[in-house]
Amino acid sequence: MSVETAAAEILEDFDLFDDWEDKYEYIISLGKELDAMPEAEKVEENLVKGCQSRVWLNAKQEDGKVIFSADSDAIISKGIIALLVKILSNQSAEEIAKNDFSFIDKIGLKEHLSPNRSNGLVGMMKKMKSYALAYS
Amino acid sequence: MSYFEKLRNDFPILQEQVNGKNLVYFDNGATAQKPQIVLDELAHYYTKLNANIHRGVHTLSQEATSKYEEARKKIQSYLNAEFEEEIIFTKGTTDGINLIANGFSRGVLKTGDEVIISAMEHHSNIVPWQMACEHSGAVLKVIPISDEGELLMEDYKALLNDNTKLVAITHVSNTLGSINPVKEIIELAHKNGTPVLIDGAQSVPHMKVDVRELNADFYALSAHKMYGPTGVGVLYGKKEWLNKLPPYQGGGDMIKTVTFEKTTYNDLPHKFEAGTPNIAGGIVMGGLIDYLEKIDWQKVAIHEDELLEYATSQIKEIEGIRVVGEAKHKAGVLSFVHESIHHYDIGTLLDQMGVAIRTGHHCTEPLMDRMGVTGTARASFAFYNTKEEVEYFIKSLKRALRMLG
Repeated sequence: MSVETAAAEILEDFDLFDDWEDKYEYIISLGKELDAMPEAEKVEENLVKGCQSRVWLNAKQEDGKVIFSADSDAIISKGIIALLVKILSNQSAEEIAKNDFSFIDKIGLKEHLSPNRSNGLVGMMKKMKSYALAYS
Repeated sequence: MSYFEKLRNDFPILQEQVNGKNLVYFDNGATAQKPQIVLDELAHYYTKLNANIHRGVHTLSQEATSKYEEARKKIQSYLNAEFEEEIIFTKGTTDGINLIANGFSRGVLKTGDEVIISAMEHHSNIVPWQMACEHSGAVLKVIPISDEGELLMEDYKALLNDNTKLVAITHVSNTLGSINPVKEIIELAHKNGTPVLIDGAQSVPHMKVDVRELNADFYALSAHKMYGPTGVGVLYGKKEWLNKLPPYQGGGDMIKTVTFEKTTYNDLPHKFEAGTPNIAGGIVMGGLIDYLEKIDWQKVAIHEDELLEYATSQIKEIEGIRVVGEAKHKAGVLSFVHESIHHYDIGTLLDQMGVAIRTGHHCTEPLMDRMGVTGTARASFAFYNTKEEVEYFIKSLKRALRMLG
């Protein structure tokens, strides 16, 4: 699945929701569904900068695809990183590195998240890109 | 209309909606909202009066100068300072503390001297002293606090000695709300021959401060936390101390004469006011003081205590919530944590419901360590807040916890 298709699927999900409560419940459920991150990966160097909560993000490369793992001590942050992982995990490093993350705006994430949270989002995207660049 | 309903109507932003809900503003500890008079004065200054001060021969400059100096006199009277030149305009509390820390580090502190602060200080009353100590070779000493968030006064007494050159303490804790016994702290320090700086950022929104009654040597505050504009504040300092300390910044306005060989400094307060100041901010503070003078601060204390007590009793009934900071004397701050839900998640969902609170370490990381938390959610009240808002906040909090649980 391409980044665009994966993002479009999530966008469709988001479109079903009329109010903030459903949107946030969806984000929370994404967080709960996220595969557990090995405790050994929850280290300082995997912390995302710019989040008020602690968000860890790690990546490995398998068969030419980048596989992300992530966790957070706040469930909404975990939901947001889960959303990004859902879209960007299993893509090639080149694909992630060249992606402009415009799907974020299309989903309307920034509008629905507080500025601080958006800052966290920027940090998450930067870290994903830096992993991708390292692997490409 | 009740006294506080009338006051509330002075603050237009409180009629706004956020995320489609009526705004419930409980982030007053970060910055307070502004009454109409402050907004009007700000517009009036830039519409009718804008000119640089202290040097112009033209009418506008003279009028602006006179309004600016009038504001200084009003602040002097409001704080009950003895002399108007004891009122230094600053950018805010942080700026005021840095001014004194810088002066002490260059003019007073020597190797082996000690500066006392407390475990509940804001970073802006920690870091400037660390810098001053680093520069001068002095040592920072910290008064410990109890689990409830009260200063341990016996430990404080034990810390005072011949080497203590300054005590810098907050009047009200921004994170816990504890009101510290600053008068007693100052008395004890003075018996030891030590001057005291009080960080007044969180006290002035809730009470009228009398610097002479407290006998504070320095008192720093920010306008924006006391319902005024951002970027302006006041440092009160006793004349004898301010005359002793070296200037903070060099530039225009703070000099008498300048030659390349030797510059002589201006008298107080100008010695500490280099460069074009926040003229609009200073002038608006004058109007703000007129407004604050009319407020019945005894009524405010009773009203805010009622809000705090009500909110505290309600929040304690929610399973999993723990209140952080339970000092006997508190001013308008309710910090809390949930045993399993992150404060940031709570703040994010409350925001969706129109409730503005603060989450995080509140610029008091050492205090967070002391209280055994990484951060808290903090609701902080002002006199314009209502019991209905507290009820809505509690209801919204329960809803957020249900979603996050």
